[in-house]
Amino acid sequence: MQSFLLLTLLLLSIGGYYMGRKRAFAVAGGHIRNLHSLPSFYGSYTALWCGLPALIVFALWATLQPSVIIDLVVAGMPPELRNLPPDRLNLIVNDLKNLVGGNIVSSTPDPAMLEAANHYRNLRVIGNASLWVVVMTLAIGGIAHAWRTISPTLRARNRVEKIVNLFLIFSSTVAIFTTLGIVLSVVFESILFFRQVPITEFLFGLHWSPQTALRADQVGSSGAFGAVPLFAGTLLISGIAMLVAVPIGLMSALYLSEYATPKFRAVAKPALEILAGIPTVVYGFFAALTVAPLIRELGAALGLHVASESALAAGLVMGIMIIPFVSSLSDDVINAVPQAMRDGSYALGATKSETITRVLLPAALPGIVGSILLAVSRAIGETMIVVMAAGLSANLTANPLAAVTTVTVQIVTLLTGDQEFDSPKTLAAFALGLVLFVVTLILNIIALRVVRKYREQYE
Amino acid sequence: MNKPTASPPTKIPSRDIKTIVNAGLARRHAAERRFRWYGLIAITLGLTFVVLMFANIIGKGYPAFWQTYIQVPVTFDAAVIDPQGNRDPQAIETADYAALVRAGMRQLFPNVQGRLELRALYGLVSSDAAHELQDRVLQNPALIGASQEVWLLASASVDTLVKGNIDRALDESERPIKDNQLEWVDKLQAAGKIEKQFNTILFTSGDSREPEQAGIRGALMGSFFTLLVTFLLSFPIGVATAVYLEEFAPKNRWTDLIEVNINNLAAVPSIVFGLLGLAVFINFFGLPRSAPLVGGLVLSLMTLPVIIIAGRAALTSVPPSIREAALGMGASKLQMVGHHVLPLAMPGMLTGSIIGMARALGESAPLLMIGMVAFIVDVPKGFMDPSTVLPVQIYLWSDLPERAFVERTSAAIMVLLAFMILMNGLAILLRKRFERRW
Repeated sequence: MQSFLLLTLLLLSIGGYYMGRKRAFAVAGGHIRNLHSLPSFYGSYTALWCGLPALIVFALWATLQPSVIIDLVVAGMPPELRNLPPDRLNLIVNDLKNLVGGNIVSSTPDPAMLEAANHYRNLRVIGNASLWVVVMTLAIGGIAHAWRTISPTLRARNRVEKIVNLFLIFSSTVAIFTTLGIVLSVVFESILFFRQVPITEFLFGLHWSPQTALRADQVGSSGAFGAVPLFAGTLLISGIAMLVAVPIGLMSALYLSEYATPKFRAVAKPALEILAGIPTVVYGFFAALTVAPLIRELGAALGLHVASESALAAGLVMGIMIIPFVSSLSDDVINAVPQAMRDGSYALGATKSETITRVLLPAALPGIVGSILLAVSRAIGETMIVVMAAGLSANLTANPLAAVTTVTVQIVTLLTGDQEFDSPKTLAAFALGLVLFVVTLILNIIALRVVRKYREQYE
Repeated sequence: MNKPTASPPTKIPSRDIKTIVNAGLARRHAAERRFRWYGLIAITLGLTFVVLMFANIIGKGYPAFWQTYIQVPVTFDAAVIDPQGNRDPQAIETADYAALVRAGMRQLFPNVQGRLELRALYGLVSSDAAHELQDRVLQNPALIGASQEVWLLASASVDTLVKGNIDRALDESERPIKDNQLEWVDKLQAAGKIEKQFNTILFTSGDSREPEQAGIRGALMGSFFTLLVTFLLSFPIGVATAVYLEEFAPKNRWTDLIEVNINNLAAVPSIVFGLLGLAVFINFFGLPRSAPLVGGLVLSLMTLPVIIIAGRAALTSVPPSIREAALGMGASKLQMVGHHVLPLAMPGMLTGSIIGMARALGESAPLLMIGMVAFIVDVPKGFMDPSTVLPVQIYLWSDLPERAFVERTSAAIMVLLAFMILMNGLAILLRKRFERRW
């Protein structure tokens, strides 16, 4: 229905384009040199007049119509329904929507509800019909307006370009709005959370068990929102990941840039980068079903007790995932070190490895540190591997064989499934999100700054 | 190193240094070789992980592309399907086809007696077998009254057994398949009445609690709708942003802010975008949970930085002489961009967008936040239908303990990886075909 309206609008706009062009030819007496702009600009001018106002009205209408209709229906309900408390009213409205949608409602609907449903349907039909009328009037009126205003002196190009420019500027602000949206949504919910749980308890508390906070009359109903075990678990798993990724990634980068023949490099570099393209859910599956049982059996053979959701398994696999980040970022940095420095070192009689460890690495160190910081921020924010392979219980331990949980795992578990939006349980997820956002942001800013500063040095 | 000072003055110092250097040479060369080996080992380890992962997943997943069927003699008994004898389509549709399946199984093993035994026997075929018979009759009502040998879908435990993934030595209570069932399956196999056929169900049906009936079609369609929304939103906006920043934007604090923002957004953890989607799109704007529309919105915000950064790189690679020539011929700035710069930069932009879309295809964490993790049987038909996507389907299946689901999870991963390889291959092809060196 609405997509059909959009399609009609699109067709009308295309029609408008050709009409505008034809009109421009007509007013110019067939000679385009009499026109201010090229005929196609007159066409676009007409199409924009046809499509743009109609589209704006359509978008506003489509977003506002449902809530307006609900308000009208509720206002038309018998008073005993209308005066119910808001949460009950919400339930009734939901029932109503199901009734209108033709879904099965739990109980047999009473006459008041049926009447309301009819009211709803009628309003919707009226709403949709008037939407059609308004949009079509605007579209055709737009064409008519453009038709009348087209004259050889009309500065169509400037007007069309102004609109396009506005669109470009609007597009470029989307990034700002996204950041703003992230910050606002996380900060607002976090403030709500910190009203219920003091921020010091959240940041420095040693006990995390959000599940107890579900019902007010339970024992320990205050819940425990000390996030230190989560931070510790995140650091432990990321630490293991970095222990895997940094040596392997760095050595691969060094080998590929200093030792490998161009042929080997051409094959090995993209092959290694495949690791970066594999979806994280695949790593999670690999960690949970292959690596974790392997480590457990290995531990059992050595007489060690290994939890089936050990930090080691998640960390190892996360490390594998991060190898290409470290290697390709350090590869860039190493290649940016001027050849003259290598040549100088060779001229003094240094071997290749001496050149690398005493000249290349110190010169490239800031860049390598930057790339490692980026990799750390990646590890901290990684979700699927830990959700699938790490545990849920918040243990404060440094033992890599034990199960730990991370910030991202807790965000996912707190926010999937049923939720009410004012319980500290769901709000805690946003507070964790805020911490995650701030920490990764700081890491990224430092890393980017370090890398940029270093690049300027050699360019 | 401090030897030269201790050496007697009669010797020539240069020869002395030479001996010192020579003495250290073996050690230094050994260190050099060691270092080289470390590098080689690191590379080999990295490549081994790639091979290992692929081998592991393919090894686990390829059997899922075949499915076990049992050949059962079915009599399309008119008394069961159409007791009135008037070929009423309503009656034919609601008839008890499971009874036909049961009769067929009894015909295969006439000696089986007793309720428990019989129930074990009926358990060999999937509950979907009745639907299969119903479809056949609805398609061809002439079947009523006839007898036919029909390949019916075996249950998941039979399938697992036939594929050799159940240890027969285990105690009966620890096996999903009992001793008597084992015996029947062996008999059927000896008679050639068990066969593995290509698993079309995997590609044609939605999710299911029964492994043998579960497919990825619902997830594939969900991914398709989600990615369509992502592309339709992020490509135009990304290209427009890149064009604005590269060609039109004045150098001031505002555009600096935009640039810093884009670079930071590219590194924000994906789950934070999920929080944004939950708080803004679902709670604030009241869009439906689990809808591809919301998923696409979230993913397009995530993909935007990738497209913008790739787009800007593509625009900067177009030489300024093109711009100057266009402006010199009297084109307006917008005409210069639209007619000359943008077409030349388009292959690079498309390459970046395809890579961004491939990443969006594999993304699952933010979609968990906006409720795309539900168990959804129906294949979604639009942007507002509740649905899930392929990676989330993999996540959901990986939680299920049945061996048959492990197999299907791996198969779904193979399909996902195939799509990603396809998209990346397309991007590389595009780059190779249209890349221009100026």
